[in-house]
Amino acid sequence: MTAAPEALAELVRKEWGRLLAASVRAIGSMELAEESLSEAIESAMVHWQRNGMPASPKGWLLKVARRKAIDRIRRQKTHDRNADALAHLMDLDQTAHDGLPAGTDEIPDERLRLIFTCCHPALDRKSSVALTLRMLCGLTTAEIAHAFLDAPETMAQRLVRAKRKISAAGIPYEVPGPDLWAERLDSVLHVVYLVFNEGYAASGGPDYMRPQLVAEAIHLGRMLLQLLPGEAEAEGLLALMLLHDSRRFARLDRDGVMIALDSQDRRLWDRQMAGEGEALITRALGRGRPGPFQMQAAISAVHSAALSAESTDWPQILLLYGELHRMTGSTVVRLNQIVALARVEGPYKALELCEGLASELAAYQPFHAALADLRAQTGDVTGSVFAYREAVALSASASERLFLEQRLKAVQSRQ
Amino acid sequence: MKYMTLIYSNPDLAPQPGTPEFAGYMGGYAKANQTFAADGVLVSGDALKPVTAATTLRRRAGRLETMDGPFAETKEQLGGYYILDCKDLDEAIRYAAMIPAVDYGSIEVRPLSEMNPETLKILLGQA
Repeated sequence: MTAAPEALAELVRKEWGRLLAASVRAIGSMELAEESLSEAIESAMVHWQRNGMPASPKGWLLKVARRKAIDRIRRQKTHDRNADALAHLMDLDQTAHDGLPAGTDEIPDERLRLIFTCCHPALDRKSSVALTLRMLCGLTTAEIAHAFLDAPETMAQRLVRAKRKISAAGIPYEVPGPDLWAERLDSVLHVVYLVFNEGYAASGGPDYMRPQLVAEAIHLGRMLLQLLPGEAEAEGLLALMLLHDSRRFARLDRDGVMIALDSQDRRLWDRQMAGEGEALITRALGRGRPGPFQMQAAISAVHSAALSAESTDWPQILLLYGELHRMTGSTVVRLNQIVALARVEGPYKALELCEGLASELAAYQPFHAALADLRAQTGDVTGSVFAYREAVALSASASERLFLEQRLKAVQSRQ
Repeated sequence: MKYMTLIYSNPDLAPQPGTPEFAGYMGGYAKANQTFAADGVLVSGDALKPVTAATTLRRRAGRLETMDGPFAETKEQLGGYYILDCKDLDEAIRYAAMIPAVDYGSIEVRPLSEMNPETLKILLGQA
């Protein structure tokens, strides 16, 4: 019976996050759980090949992972804390049917604990992103390294250090309580959005990882929605990602150069995906608990709703940026608000306000690009060329650079 | 798990004695102390005298050097500590957030190593 290896591979691909989350809960240590689950999968490759698929494959993997963990703990010389873990594990092992309802293969869903732990603020953001990709999405260390343009050994070290910090610092394997909820959820949403942006922004490196990262981020977004129904900011995040991704076919030209939103061929926008995003953000806003991800999604939805660039509801976008700025105090948001202001009232006031952000955003490429554009609109061609040159110097990818150079050339031709 | 909260602050930024803010600030410490004790998490804690009272020792190449001042001249200085016995990091963070210095200084929350005698034996090759 050769169906077993394919079935196992498929099971692991789909259920890795859920299997690992449940293993961490049972075994108590992330490192040990990951090692034990990997060993259980290796064991399954042998046993299921020989004896066929078990009746409850997920339950089988979980049980074997626990036994592997017990073996490992016994082989190590341990101190008190491991003796407790050992006793707990052996108790679990002896419970008949593992507490699973008979006839089903449903294992407990502990993925919320897992993602909140991976995204705990005591870990640095990059480590949280890497850990989330490894633990919840099952990406290999090599794949994650590639996404960050790091050497695999460096990424492996980063993951090990993060897992060690979790146990050394006593980061709990828990879903946070109400007093910490808002801050911790925000952390999780930001990590997921970072995964999305790693995939979406196409900044540097070969492109093959990008669609996978976008897919993983959206998968995580859907998972969060499923596990946290009614959580408005989680809806906002998923809506935002879907709305951005709905434009993926229109964003780059044949040479891989960025196309600005204004110039995109809107017939290439994925209307079904955008529709799902629009429905989500409408539902989220209806809950009356607005937040930054919802505001960003709403802005994106206003763009989506415009059949042509000219028919964009800029006054609405301006209002939404105002709200977003009120919530976050972010200077980058302020910049976007100023750009929207120029669309509504013309460039003069906007240019003045934009210049005011120079010291804070000196290292931020889109600031110089916005400044250049506003100067061009007011007829300051020399100033515009200068600012576009700054922007080009700061560009992070070939695609961005080529786009900005096109803009620079266009303005230079007016000199 | 036991955690030390190392309380760092710039003494010029803290509420100064004689100001109305000072009473609130001292009250904040009193409340924190009370809560830590009542909740059974307080192991120990104290304020340190300012770095003007500090002395730093080093022995290098057999010579003991004694110097005036703290180990490093920084704007934020170590001003005090608590040792709290908490369930996990989040519990330690909740308690540490009650320390008034969190509003204008920095509080480092670090677990004690709590090396177990058995582990020590292993490390010494005596297990």
